[in-house]
Amino acid sequence: MLQQLLPWLYPPKTGEQAKHRLKLILAHDRAGLNPAILESLRREILEVVNRYVEIDSESIEFSLENDQRLTCLIANLPIKRIKPYPTDETETTSKVESTPSS
Amino acid sequence: MNRVIVITSGKGGVGKTTVTANLGTALASLGRKVALVDADFGLRNLDILLGLEQRIVYTALDVLAGECSLDKALVRDKRVPNLVLLPAAQNRTKEAITPEQMKELVEQLSKQYDYILIDCPAGIEMGFRNAIAPAQEAIIVTTPEMSAVRDADRVVGLMESEQIKTIHLIINRLRPDMIKLNQMISIEDILDLLVIPLLGIVPDDQKIIVSTNRGEPIVLEEQTSLPATAFKNIAARLEGKNLPFLDLMASQDTIINRLKRFLNRF
Repeated sequence: MLQQLLPWLYPPKTGEQAKHRLKLILAHDRAGLNPAILESLRREILEVVNRYVEIDSESIEFSLENDQRLTCLIANLPIKRIKPYPTDETETTSKVESTPSS
Repeated sequence: MNRVIVITSGKGGVGKTTVTANLGTALASLGRKVALVDADFGLRNLDILLGLEQRIVYTALDVLAGECSLDKALVRDKRVPNLVLLPAAQNRTKEAITPEQMKELVEQLSKQYDYILIDCPAGIEMGFRNAIAPAQEAIIVTTPEMSAVRDADRVVGLMESEQIKTIHLIINRLRPDMIKLNQMISIEDILDLLVIPLLGIVPDDQKIIVSTNRGEPIVLEEQTSLPATAFKNIAARLEGKNLPFLDLMASQDTIINRLKRFLNRF
């Protein structure tokens, strides 16, 4: 409440902001991957994964992170259901009933 | 057994030359024989920081061209007997010298000096390559600003693929007042990001500008100051002493700051 009455006492914590921005910047710099390559990589990984399982495309997370001086590519791909046989993109419309996995 | 250390940063203006001048002077004051090499061809400044600009007769290029001996080119500092400067040429550019030639010069210096500190120019091009060629160790200088930290990280990456095995960090121009207000990246954050061992922390201080104006490295001044103490501690650490880092944040406990932090809790 004091924050609303006296906003000038609560400047934004830009020190934290700088740290977070730098984390991302350094992860990208170190990987030496430009955005175009990263996008291709993302698309191709999803294509391959999509042949085996159906991914919830709304909740995909794809990022570069730093640990010590190593850059890691982290992909979080929530699975909607497992496909009975590995398929091509063209066969995703086949009507196969199966219980959705959680 | 001598040590060849390059002082570099990537980013310009973070304090490489100031560090080289003061660290070299501090080491010489501890009794070591120190040679400072200005590798910033075309934009030399180490001579200014040391107050030796009027005493330059020959430069590293003259030595390489055979116009004079190395000994003749070395500028001696009357105030600090164990310290010498090998000046860079001012009227040429970074392409005027090669990494091989730098190694040659340092090789000769190694015969007589315990420490050879190389003041690296800003950037990562030819000047940088020249400066790191003869080095066994590196000191990376950064300030707590995003651009400086990013560039420092790039330089660390470049070092890792060279023959330089020991890399240390100096965080320069720290503003404890800003860190306390969370408007500046903290020391811990910088170390988390860069992941190289910390050699020292130097506070931002107008006295540095004053000492440059006078041409006298701040470590030589009679009156002690935080930056001078910081540089002397860094020299001691290079010599193997395990000194604790200055608690620069302690000076932040004034009434006003405590009041601000108290009010921040609501």
